[in-house]
Amino acid sequence: MQTRKKYIFLTFLASWLLLFFFGGDQLRRFAFFSGRKAEARRNWPRWTDRSLLKSFADPEELQRDGDPSLLSPRERRAAWLSVYRSSRCRMETCFDFSRCERNGFKVFTYPQERGQPISDTYSKILSSIERSRYHTLNPEEACLFILSIDTLDRDHLSGQYVRDVDEKIRGFPLWNGGRNHLIFNLYSGTWPSYTGELGFDIGQAILAKASFDSESFRPGFDVSIPLFSKEHPQRGGHRGWLSQDSVPPKKKYLLVFKGKRYLTGIGSGTRNALHHIHNGQDIISLTTCKHGKDWEKHKDTRCDKDNVDYERFDYQELLHNSTFCIVPRGRRLGSFRFLEALQAACIPVLLSDGWELPFAEAIDWGRAAVVGSERLLLQIPSAVRCIRPERVLAFQQQTQFLWDAYFSSVDKIVHTTLEIIKDRLSPHRSRSRFLWNTLPGGLLVLPDFSTHLGDFPFYYLQHGYSPSKKFTAFIRAVSQAGSLSQPILRLIQAVSGSQYCAQIVVLWSCEKPPPPSGKWPQSAVPVTIIQGSGKLSDRFFPFEAIQTDAVLSLDEDTSLSTSEVDFAFLVWRSFPERIVGFPTQSHFWDAEQGRWGYTSKWTNELSIVLTAAAFYHRYYHSLFTEYLPAALRELVDGLAACEDILMNVLVAAVTKLPPVKVTQRKQHKEVVAQQAECRDGAAGTPPPGQRSPSAPHAAPAKGKGSAGSRRFSQRQDCLDQLADWFGYMPLVSSQLRLDPVLFKDQVSVLRKKYPSLEK
Amino acid sequence: IMCASAKYNTRGPALIPRMKTKHRIYYITLFSIVLLGLIATGMFQFWPHSIESSSDWTVEKRSVHDVPVVKLPADSPIPERGDLSCRMHTCFDVYRCGFNPKNKIKVYIYSLKKYVDEYGTLVSNTISREYNELLTAISDSEFYTDDVNRACLFVPSIDVLNQNALRIKETAQALAQLSRWDRGTNHLLFNMLPGGPPDYNTALDVPRDRALLAGGGFSTWTYRQGYDVSIPVYSPLSGEVDLPERGPGPRRYFILSSQMALHPEYHLELEALQAENGESVLILDKCTNLSDGVPAVRKRCYKNQVFDYPQVLQESTFCVVLRGARLGQAVLSDVLQAGCVPVIIADSYILPFSEVLDWKRASVVIPEEKMPEMYSILQSIPQRQIEEMQRQARWFWEAYFRSMKAIALATLQIINDRIYPYAAISYEEWNDPPAVKWSSVSNPLFLPLIPPQSQGFTAVVLTYDRVESLFRVITEVSKVPSLSKLLVVWNNQNKNPPEDSLWPKIRVPLKVVRTAENKLSNRFFPYDEIETEAVLAIDDDIIMLTSDELQFGYEVWREFPDRLVGYPGRLHLWDHEMNKWKYESEWTNEVSMVLTGAAFYHKYFNYLYTYKMPGDIKNWVDAHMNCEDIAMNFLVANVTGKSVIKVTPRKKFKCPECTAIDGLSLDQTHMVERSECINKFASVFGTMPLKVVEHRADPVLYKDDFPEKLKSFPNIGSL
Repeated sequence: MQTRKKYIFLTFLASWLLLFFFGGDQLRRFAFFSGRKAEARRNWPRWTDRSLLKSFADPEELQRDGDPSLLSPRERRAAWLSVYRSSRCRMETCFDFSRCERNGFKVFTYPQERGQPISDTYSKILSSIERSRYHTLNPEEACLFILSIDTLDRDHLSGQYVRDVDEKIRGFPLWNGGRNHLIFNLYSGTWPSYTGELGFDIGQAILAKASFDSESFRPGFDVSIPLFSKEHPQRGGHRGWLSQDSVPPKKKYLLVFKGKRYLTGIGSGTRNALHHIHNGQDIISLTTCKHGKDWEKHKDTRCDKDNVDYERFDYQELLHNSTFCIVPRGRRLGSFRFLEALQAACIPVLLSDGWELPFAEAIDWGRAAVVGSERLLLQIPSAVRCIRPERVLAFQQQTQFLWDAYFSSVDKIVHTTLEIIKDRLSPHRSRSRFLWNTLPGGLLVLPDFSTHLGDFPFYYLQHGYSPSKKFTAFIRAVSQAGSLSQPILRLIQAVSGSQYCAQIVVLWSCEKPPPPSGKWPQSAVPVTIIQGSGKLSDRFFPFEAIQTDAVLSLDEDTSLSTSEVDFAFLVWRSFPERIVGFPTQSHFWDAEQGRWGYTSKWTNELSIVLTAAAFYHRYYHSLFTEYLPAALRELVDGLAACEDILMNVLVAAVTKLPPVKVTQRKQHKEVVAQQAECRDGAAGTPPPGQRSPSAPHAAPAKGKGSAGSRRFSQRQDCLDQLADWFGYMPLVSSQLRLDPVLFKDQVSVLRKKYPSLEK
Repeated sequence: IMCASAKYNTRGPALIPRMKTKHRIYYITLFSIVLLGLIATGMFQFWPHSIESSSDWTVEKRSVHDVPVVKLPADSPIPERGDLSCRMHTCFDVYRCGFNPKNKIKVYIYSLKKYVDEYGTLVSNTISREYNELLTAISDSEFYTDDVNRACLFVPSIDVLNQNALRIKETAQALAQLSRWDRGTNHLLFNMLPGGPPDYNTALDVPRDRALLAGGGFSTWTYRQGYDVSIPVYSPLSGEVDLPERGPGPRRYFILSSQMALHPEYHLELEALQAENGESVLILDKCTNLSDGVPAVRKRCYKNQVFDYPQVLQESTFCVVLRGARLGQAVLSDVLQAGCVPVIIADSYILPFSEVLDWKRASVVIPEEKMPEMYSILQSIPQRQIEEMQRQARWFWEAYFRSMKAIALATLQIINDRIYPYAAISYEEWNDPPAVKWSSVSNPLFLPLIPPQSQGFTAVVLTYDRVESLFRVITEVSKVPSLSKLLVVWNNQNKNPPEDSLWPKIRVPLKVVRTAENKLSNRFFPYDEIETEAVLAIDDDIIMLTSDELQFGYEVWREFPDRLVGYPGRLHLWDHEMNKWKYESEWTNEVSMVLTGAAFYHKYFNYLYTYKMPGDIKNWVDAHMNCEDIAMNFLVANVTGKSVIKVTPRKKFKCPECTAIDGLSLDQTHMVERSECINKFASVFGTMPLKVVEHRADPVLYKDDFPEKLKSFPNIGSL
């Protein structure tokens, strides 16, 4: 009885519920509709005759946009030259492109005159240019000119202010109204208005200036540079502070500011308001009134309390422990704070209205900073709280990338400026915004190599490409002419046996001619012979003959088997931006001698893969030859066995990652057949044997002839000089080696793909 | 706070207490609610609907000719000329936009009026078809508001698309009398054809004071960067002609010029190119002897050959877009539509939407001076890049050129991004065509960092009730030097974890987390207790890994912090017979997955697994009590595009993934289930993200002939 009642009741209930839902739905729809309709009434009307409306322009008018009465294009361009000058300069009106066409992009720095005071910072800038690969000593072939007069500080109250610039400039025969000149400036204008006033007429020169305001900035012509301090390193530079990616960001503070507050005058508006957002917990915003000589005169009621709070926190500690950093304008638009925050991975929150951000022509700041509005200061806390953790993580990483790619040294700032100007000269051979804003950054990507992303080793994943499925074996031969040595024959045999080998290129580094084609072994792949000049840096020249993405660099006495090559190539396809190879060495800091040391002994780590047997991307040949300045290549040519270290250093500087070592067959050290060396052709050619893949055994131990130890010390010198040139030690160590999945596992060899590697 | 951002739960979702049915009062309440609901419904059902429909009809049935007429006195005020120094921070009133959780600006459209001068003559055509489409698009968009007081941006209904179709002074007067004009602050004007004879200014000549201008044909001297928006000149042909996308690849002509009325000087230059390079250059012009009724705009001629326009554009790799009297040309739109790579020759021209679009990926810009070198410049572009530019050109057209709606929405989005920069649309979203968005990955951990060793890792042990085995795991794992914390996830709700005193004493903190439900996904929850970047997920029965092996695994993870680094590897295979994916656990030469019974990974992936797992995978895994590790492998590979790293040789694992090991049949069901998982996940992800590799990571000196005591990790690979 009870159950039946329950059932009836339930059915009853269910049917009511059903009705309710049905009705409810109707009700909702009704309400929704009436709402929509009411709104629709005020929407833009659907005119009954909308299909009859006339088009905004006659099709003929759109397609025949010409007016014969207008100036001809040539006349117009000529007319522009006189109209668009000084404050309206653009590259097409104020820059002489023809100067750059003859000799390419060459930069000339005026010789320094005696008695001419030059600040440390300006001499750093000049030496950055002199270190760049674009520098020339010949004004005739120059495309861009840099003054020797220090124009950095144009605040005439400052001690660094150089007087009578106008007069001096007019005395320069090369000045030419400032055409094709680049002028650097960090401080312009003075108390109280701090305008962009430079105190001399720059004529048609390009201005690279810090704290540029968007109004006086001539787009596509000037370059906005960051403000950097006297202590900013010349080269290398310190790394960013981000050492780990954490989500959510585990920082003590959300948002910080610590700095001066101007009581009066320009820029005081924002700084005086900053204390409003201070909450003492996760938002710390501290200002001090102590500024200038007579601050007490303007002192207000907050000052005493603010000054006390201010002393309680340490600026560096705040930088380290905050997710966001407020970067407000100072007297001028830019501040040191900007680069400091960038380095600290503290996401800059910019409050500097009208600031043309540094290198904004290339850098997409929206990915690394929050570009706030001074007027909306009070919204900043809620705005930054709303940024989702994964976006914060992306911001943080981007600050580090930008810092390291463009800002960490004077060299980088100056070179970025030059590259931006160079890119304007031939727009079709320039870097896209994507290249500038993606690792490894614009400076390391040469548009002269290619403008296609797929040709570089860095963008495969971002664009869904994959590296080519074949490789080019590139063998450097130094042996006596007339007969080919046994090792090289064996090597060609082994390499051409690989299913992935597309071609073999032999670099014949000997003055004597290579053996006739009939003497070369028959192989399944084409063999090309290139006559080299005998220089050591030759082996990394971007030869036209190399057609594949992957290069397998080999010495003639390298001994490899086909399966080693196959396996290493497959590994390289997983790591196309790194060097993947067999024999390795490692570097270390020798604290006793205060220098870098290197060892080829068996160690648990590795940081250098010898290019006597290594895969890498062919782009690195271009980078080696085009990107590195000639002086560095000369250094390498002068030292024995330094070129492969330089290659490793270069790749590590680009990728920030260690190279990859792969399995190498164990072999007894072969007594390399004595080869007559081609002394005349290659002065610094290392003795063979030491460079074979069995090199780990060939440690330059005591008792190895004097040649070996000389080589060893030269390599050490090389490492030291490279570290000095780069300004830091780019090499990164790795503790692992990649082996085939079943390497030395206790399984039947029949199941293994690379059984021969285990012998 | 109004943020829409996901707040972190510190624990897994709590159990909802099961409701117990309770007696009559409850039923009666329910009953009365139901009854009330029904009555309410009924009332609404039978309510007269007349108000709604009548108002609707009158509005919908209006004609543009019926709009109110406004007479402009001759002395009514004229706004100042456009201010070239205007920027967002000087001329734009940002306070009107306010802070709002959706980060969307509100746009108001003035109602349509007909403006006449003192003598009753029209000031301009009331509204063009295109401007009507544009306003309709705005009013249908999320940006629209009908409340003038809430608006941040105002769009006049006065049509200034074509400067030649209006009277300048009177139009300016009409603007000035708009109810919220206020010197044009926050007003947005759309103009495509600026200037007129004789000087053809590159921006609209109508005095407009502080109003923003979305203009076609800006030059670098009139464009106020960061304030104005450069827009395309709409080509009405886009609406008329349907050009299906043509696959990228070589085409019949290399360079094509299709513009009529080119300046003779340009024409000569083009002809010189043609003389030099022959038939690969095609220069088309107006047809002179067309029969009546054939629209001249749809035909082009070369000598006596007649070509259909714009179809002919698809026959060429590159299409020249030269400036005419104005800088902006409608032909750019036609060229993009045809997937022809535009060669833009117009010095000082600001390309459409250049604030956000990366034109270097879709076009070639050549200075006018360099026209004679055009052929060689274009030939130096690699074929692969040309193909990408063709695809990119078409994508730009589809997304930003094809309709007035596309143009309007892109313009508003650009302004929106300036006002809410922290919620701005990314470069990739603007620029990547769908095919690239689909095939590419953007690794969330893109910065090459090797985390400091000192940080160590947190071991997370998921356990149910195998206490004895759990304790052994804890003891073993605690021997690893870099272990910084041990977290036990107690997944058994029916049993309490052992008392504190019973747990093994170890040198690092040990925390026990109790979960609310026995779910596999609890293993991947981003617990606050995990303070390190590195997480070691380990099952409560994995006791065979040596301390050296674990420490080495951690070192390998440091070198690959964005990957799964694990011990037992697995493989997925395509089963050609069944036409689906198959799971493989045999001794293979390849790996594409590692089991999370023992694997290192970044804590970020816990966050992704818990909050960003696509589709219903997370629930599916919890319901089936299986495949959480495969799901993790999919997730990581999908987001990074990288393979897993298997470390150290294979050793005898006690089939860590099986619940029972005995009996072949059980093993087979297991394999079938795992295969099902792979197929299910591949369909949810819409692709197979797993990458197959043939390598594993060993210590540098592994199995080398070298004294063991000198090796960093001697104890590796013992069975």
